[in-house]
Amino acid sequence: MNAPEVFMDKPDASGRFGDFGGRFVPEALMTACLELEVAFNDAWNDDAFVQEFYDVLHTFGGRPTPVTELSRLSRHLGLRIYAKREDLAHTGSHKINNVVGQTLLTKRMGKPRVIAETGAGQHGVATATAAARLGLSCTVYMGELDTQRQALNVFRMELLGATVVPVTSGSKTLKDAVNEAMREWVTCVKDTHYCLGSVMGPHPFPWIVREFQSIIGREASRQLTEMGVGTPDVVVACVGGGSNAAGIFAGFANTDARLVGVEAAGGAAIATGSPGVLHGMRSMLIQDEFGQIEEAHSVSAGLDYPGIGPEHAYLAKAHRAQYEAIGDDEVIPALQLLSELEGIVPALETAHAVAWLIREAGTTLAPGTSVLLNLSGRGDKDVAQVREILRGAS
Amino acid sequence: MTGLEVTLRAVRHRGRRAFVPYFMAGTSNEWLRHVEAAANAGADAIEIGLPFSDPMMDGVVIQEAAKRSLDRGTTLASVVGELASVDVGVPLVVMTYYNVLLHGGLERSAAMLAQVNVRGAIVPDLPPEESSEWSSACAPHDLATIYLVAPSTPNERVAMVAQRTQGFCYAQGRMAVTGTTSEEGDGASVAAAIRAVSDVPVYVGIGVSTPEQAQRAASYSDGVIVGSALVRRILDGATPNDVEDFVRSFRRALDASHE
Ligand SMILES: Cc1ncc(COP(=O)(O)O)c(C=O)c1O
Repeated sequence: MNAPEVFMDKPDASGRFGDFGGRFVPEALMTACLELEVAFNDAWNDDAFVQEFYDVLHTFGGRPTPVTELSRLSRHLGLRIYAKREDLAHTGSHKINNVVGQTLLTKRMGKPRVIAETGAGQHGVATATAAARLGLSCTVYMGELDTQRQALNVFRMELLGATVVPVTSGSKTLKDAVNEAMREWVTCVKDTHYCLGSVMGPHPFPWIVREFQSIIGREASRQLTEMGVGTPDVVVACVGGGSNAAGIFAGFANTDARLVGVEAAGGAAIATGSPGVLHGMRSMLIQDEFGQIEEAHSVSAGLDYPGIGPEHAYLAKAHRAQYEAIGDDEVIPALQLLSELEGIVPALETAHAVAWLIREAGTTLAPGTSVLLNLSGRGDKDVAQVREILRGAS
Repeated sequence: MTGLEVTLRAVRHRGRRAFVPYFMAGTSNEWLRHVEAAANAGADAIEIGLPFSDPMMDGVVIQEAAKRSLDRGTTLASVVGELASVDVGVPLVVMTYYNVLLHGGLERSAAMLAQVNVRGAIVPDLPPEESSEWSSACAPHDLATIYLVAPSTPNERVAMVAQRTQGFCYAQGRMAVTGTTSEEGDGASVAAAIRAVSDVPVYVGIGVSTPEQAQRAASYSDGVIVGSALVRRILDGATPNDVEDFVRSFRRALDASHE
């Protein structure tokens, strides 16, 4: 008999998770991707680097983040729900984990500058924050539509000393911000690191970002053990590119826990997509029969992406994780419910995972099921948008 | 050796610097007239862009052309259908992104393109490491797979890429996506690095937009590729006559360059 497959291990030499991943980049970026792989391998095997990464997350990033038992929501839904509180990490989301790692790596590679794409602005804010801390110069590409939806985050990035460039091509959202950051990277790759914000893009990014985010899952696993909960029945997280989900799944990939990723219905790459190549990776994408990428549509800028990280495409295909879709109409009530019952206003992205729990409680989730919810971010950035939506509805 | 390379080596053998203009397919009803005009005016090969929604290696001009073309309903099949109606007399090379070919089916896409005088393909998001399936699909149809060498490509890699490329080697003239510029680029050193390890024809593209720049590039390479400067004019309403004049101005500069 074969040994059971180990999930969420290293990708193969070509950067693949099963059929997905790879390195579909212009020649001009190939060398930078190869060098980054070498640099990361070297750093991640260097105890001093790893220690510094943990130290910075501890003394600057606010880690470890707690696990909170959501008692009232649990009673309301007939479940036992524990939340991993990434909303309490510095800058208000899990994005800080990845950028602390990548900016330390940038410094180690001797590059003085980072660029980044951002959707909701959370990755942009986190990158600007980590860059400021290390004295790196920082430019963030953001779809013009998102600069309007998330105007406050634009100002936050500027306060942190970053330059924000609105992207006016295509759908003017996250997908186009990635295109523009890649194009820009071609011109400055010698002295600039592209601090990619999720488990996507060409190898080695999906792997690097998952490794930096896996601290979420490792902490949560230890915390649940200490709380006497043990391995939860279900681990659920929202999925844009998939970094917070990959981070928490990494702590449970080789347990019996059921892993659930929740995409926005208007950007559900697993449920409604097909295999293809975009942004340097082979993954599941929303596209037409001619291979033209379709525009995602979601109330949440951070999930407004027509693809998904390649490792998630693989976990879906291997039936190790399942991916569900939640529509805009279910998101706002979920955000309100968590706010009113638990005193936690989640990000619109995170509210997708909450909405899935609300939908499935009592049906596919039997009473008493234990659930670990990745509370990927806080909702402060979304308050103005939610107010507009609720005003429009009344 | 691919048919494309035989043809392009013959151009070099005649002592001629190649001129390769780029057109985005399907930007208007007239696009094939533009292609024919370029061939009449002395282009040695013609690059045909097949539009993709997310052209990572293209600047604003070609992005705009791709969008216009897609809005008009252009597909791989529609371009092949239109190309079947013309014989421009010089080899055609398509430039597109991998997802377009994947969705056409690699075998089917290669077969369809080869049927209409397409002799090669440039797929900028498909480096040699990822292209074995595509090059296997191309081989039976004598469709050349053309690779780029960038200013950032280290010498060991230049040797690998130059060895794998077919037809010609695309020397990326500067660290940028497609677009026009007045700056002096890195074309000379990139071309020299390729020539040091291979005698495949070397064409310089990206950042060549004027006859003067083309003339300079021709002093250290076998030809030039001009895209955005031409596509900009077409988006602004250039007629086939205008295209002919444009190509002739480059032709004259290149012919003068080594008389
Ligand atoms: C709070 C929060 N959660 C989730 C996401 C989605 O990203 P990912 O799927 O990489 O975790 C974002 C992205 O902006 C976010 O801000």
